[in-house]
Amino acid sequence: MKQFITGNEAVVLGAIEGGAEMFFGYPITPATEILEGWINTASEDKSLKYLQAEDEIASGFATIGAILAGKKAFTATAGVGNVLMQDPISMAENERLPFVGIIAQRGGPSTGTVIYSQQEVNLTALGGNGDGLRIVYSASNVAECYDLSAKIFSTAWKYNFPTFMLTDGYLGKQKITTQLNKPIRPFPARKILKEDPENPTHIRNCFGSEPEFAKVLQRNISDYKYLIDKVAESENYKVSGATDIILAHGSVASAARSAIDDLRADGVKAGLVRPITLRPLDTKAIRSQIKNAQRVYVIESAFEQFARLLVYVVPELASKMIKVFKPAVGFTPEEITTLIKTQNKHR
Amino acid sequence: MKLPDEKFGMPACFNVKSKPSLFCPGCGESMILKHLGAVIDNEKIQSKITLAIDIGCTLLSWDYYNFDIIQTHHGRSVPTAVGYKMARDKRIVIALMGDGGAYAIGLQSLLHAAFRNDPILAIVINNTEYSMTGGQMAPTSLPDEITSTSPLGKNASIFGPAFHGPELVRQIANPKAFIARSSVSNPIMMETIITKALKNQITNKSFSMVEILSICPTNWKMNAAESFEFLAKLEKVYPVGEIIKNKSDKDSKSISE
Repeated sequence: MKQFITGNEAVVLGAIEGGAEMFFGYPITPATEILEGWINTASEDKSLKYLQAEDEIASGFATIGAILAGKKAFTATAGVGNVLMQDPISMAENERLPFVGIIAQRGGPSTGTVIYSQQEVNLTALGGNGDGLRIVYSASNVAECYDLSAKIFSTAWKYNFPTFMLTDGYLGKQKITTQLNKPIRPFPARKILKEDPENPTHIRNCFGSEPEFAKVLQRNISDYKYLIDKVAESENYKVSGATDIILAHGSVASAARSAIDDLRADGVKAGLVRPITLRPLDTKAIRSQIKNAQRVYVIESAFEQFARLLVYVVPELASKMIKVFKPAVGFTPEEITTLIKTQNKHR
Repeated sequence: MKLPDEKFGMPACFNVKSKPSLFCPGCGESMILKHLGAVIDNEKIQSKITLAIDIGCTLLSWDYYNFDIIQTHHGRSVPTAVGYKMARDKRIVIALMGDGGAYAIGLQSLLHAAFRNDPILAIVINNTEYSMTGGQMAPTSLPDEITSTSPLGKNASIFGPAFHGPELVRQIANPKAFIARSSVSNPIMMETIITKALKNQITNKSFSMVEILSICPTNWKMNAAESFEFLAKLEKVYPVGEIIKNKSDKDSKSISE
């Protein structure tokens, strides 16, 4: 069905399609419309519950409380709210809980700016005081806000790792007419606290010794490795025969896609590899696509955040990539077109 | 007060496998957990209880009972319990924490849970210091009390006087909230107060908070007799019983009207 809709509205609709039942949040730009949108929907559908909590720490822990009861609960936050949210997210990571969060990225560090950046990649993927056993998707347009918002609940409840969708304020606040596809059938939730006194559930957050905890973490790491091939996703756009490959995610990937249409029309063989999951990355696909390219660009609205994740799994990128890092600001298709044409002339 | 189960001398809802517990000899918290267990036995609500615990010494109770327990993080048992209760309103939900978790790092959540009248029971163990980390000064430390971070005695002019948590919470809590203080020196009263607090959650669907004054012989560096002497001193600063709203609140009410 086609709808005239904002990205943040699409997030709420998608979450409900994914089976979301409860929302906990605290207002912060540019994620606020998700809280408002959920409350508007919940005022018509009494099966949906919510709490505007006293801060992001409380909204995160209350989300965990509801998840323990077997509800598909989630939160949405941004910027410094995401910083506070690392407290509950770390616990969810430790206790293997299917925590779900929408991260509407804004500029940082600290209060920074309020609408746009891609600077919450590090924090969302690797934040907290653990090893970053989390799953992170990055939405690149309004339709994908809807698709992925539904999908992250299934990923979280299937694999029991905190799961996130990155957006940004440009994406959340733009209102466009777009096709919303029927999402995948949701993976069901289940009670985590089983309410059985004969066989009580005791969930630990603190362990008695380093060797005991090491065993738990080794098991978690092995579970995480198992899901990589099943969860990692990327999209290729006009990569066939491409001499110039752009690696970009989110809103920047959308700009790159437009740029590639223009470049191809002008005879420049450019293509896009767009990771849909930033953690884990679709390493095999990325590696095979960049292998034959003459030039590889890593373009992001941050300084070395997406690039660092890439280089760890595709080390050859470190020397090969042309770095285009602009923290806090976005990219137009025109500037990407100009950049790639200039690089082509130089060679 | 119900007599302990004959099999092992403890409440029937205890998880036998978790005993002996890791609490220090003479710890007040193990006494509190025993009486909480006795109340749960007496009220026959074991199958309905969900317990959320903070860290601090409270973390040692993660498998203490035969009902679901979620071990959280410092100051975070209250918001976790709030979210759980919203999702499962038929469950009887208890959040258990120390005075540091309740009145320092987790105060914001405690106040707002009371303000919203979230139907959970918050049990706060007040032994005037951070015990798990080795006896540091807490908001509840008495003026001149010696702790590892107030080695010359708590300077009340810098760090504030003794922190009266229940009295503070009472001022903003919903009128239906039940807020009281008890002490390990009087187990019968402790059980009566916990019972009343749980019934307030079950029948009135309202917030309850019980602070329990407790002893920490290890960090207080006191023997049993000295510990109970210091507890008696605490009871003079922190009066036990139901906490009633401060009358001066009438003035602010008239302003808002």
